[in-house]
Amino acid sequence: MRVVHYINQFFGGLGGEEHANIPPEVRAGAVGPGRLLSQLLPDDAEVVATVICGDNYGAEHPNQVAATVAAQVRESHADLLLAGPCFQSGRYGIAAGAVCAAVQQELNVPSVAAMFQDNPGVDLYREHIYIVDSGDEVGRMRDVLARMALLGTKLVNGEDPGLPTDIGYFPRGLLRSQFVDKTAAERLTDMLLAKLRGQPYEPEVPIDAAAPTAPPLPVADLSKATVALVTDGGLVPNGNPDGIPLAFAKVWGAYGIAGKETLSPDEYDVSHGGYDNRPVRTDPHRLMPVDVLRDLEREGVIGRLHQEFLSTTGNLNPINNSRRMGREMAQRLMDAGVDAVILTST
Amino acid sequence: MPVAHVTAIPSVAKSVGSTRIVLGEGIVNLLGNADLATDEERKLRREIVLRALEALATAGAATS
Repeated sequence: MRVVHYINQFFGGLGGEEHANIPPEVRAGAVGPGRLLSQLLPDDAEVVATVICGDNYGAEHPNQVAATVAAQVRESHADLLLAGPCFQSGRYGIAAGAVCAAVQQELNVPSVAAMFQDNPGVDLYREHIYIVDSGDEVGRMRDVLARMALLGTKLVNGEDPGLPTDIGYFPRGLLRSQFVDKTAAERLTDMLLAKLRGQPYEPEVPIDAAAPTAPPLPVADLSKATVALVTDGGLVPNGNPDGIPLAFAKVWGAYGIAGKETLSPDEYDVSHGGYDNRPVRTDPHRLMPVDVLRDLEREGVIGRLHQEFLSTTGNLNPINNSRRMGREMAQRLMDAGVDAVILTST
Repeated sequence: MPVAHVTAIPSVAKSVGSTRIVLGEGIVNLLGNADLATDEERKLRREIVLRALEALATAGAATS
């Protein structure tokens, strides 16, 4: 088994922050943590090349770095790419994630990274690649490398990587079938009893927890503010021009309302499979209160109503996907100079 | 930028980290009520929107 290892300038021994701008360099064989990795890999495995890259360069040019690493993997006839461990280093994690995702996708070569749970690379790439949970202690290097080597070897050999908790990698959001002894009703009852007794229990469908959010500052003067309307209730113009689906929406739309005093039920439709749409179809203002906001605009309570509303379907949507759409929507509203948002959620 | 989140299920808004949560009328009639007369319904909608605007002009609550 031939392995290429990706590490940053610090672990590659090139220097600290002052060398964070260096573009990727290729070294033959193992470097830094790669030497320990070589000992932990199976006997027939070898770290054939190491790519070292500066943290700033890697985070700023992830695509170029990914291309360099992919070229090296191809040239080395490598069977496996390992990246990190990156621990808490966000720039390192972002670059390692991009490199692994690209190599896996373009070359179909298994790739494994390792990071601390709060590393932004985890959120960005855990659904695409295997990321071993490194914890935040560099002193655990040996243990983390051993788990990367074990997981990587399994992937190369086409073996089952096991559940995330087996080796300790971040869940990829994949569903797989499994035979169990008890019915859902029995398992649910067991969990409920454990909860009532104050005993530990493992939910079978983990709910993603959102990170704490600091409240944005309030609007200083509403009478001068541009207020935008956003909804996850799936209101769309007739014909649903962006093809927003009834559930699992990966897209959102922006729809002009400039000059509209009201929203006519004849012009709008609802694409949302999670609630009874009839009241909103009969009167879109029940979801999108344009009528009232036009009154308040005229009365000078708000400066103006933004010229378009944004809409998607918040039905059965994984939190990572919702987060991405939220970021995209926020960017569009910021670019348009919007001061505040009323978000209506069904 | 501040967001006033109008919802009939504030526990969900809380769990996803919304910082300005305004209670709507109901899930399918978030800013209205199909059982009311038109002008009454519009009055109700105006009240909810004014609460949302008030939230936008008020310091938000930190979430955990």
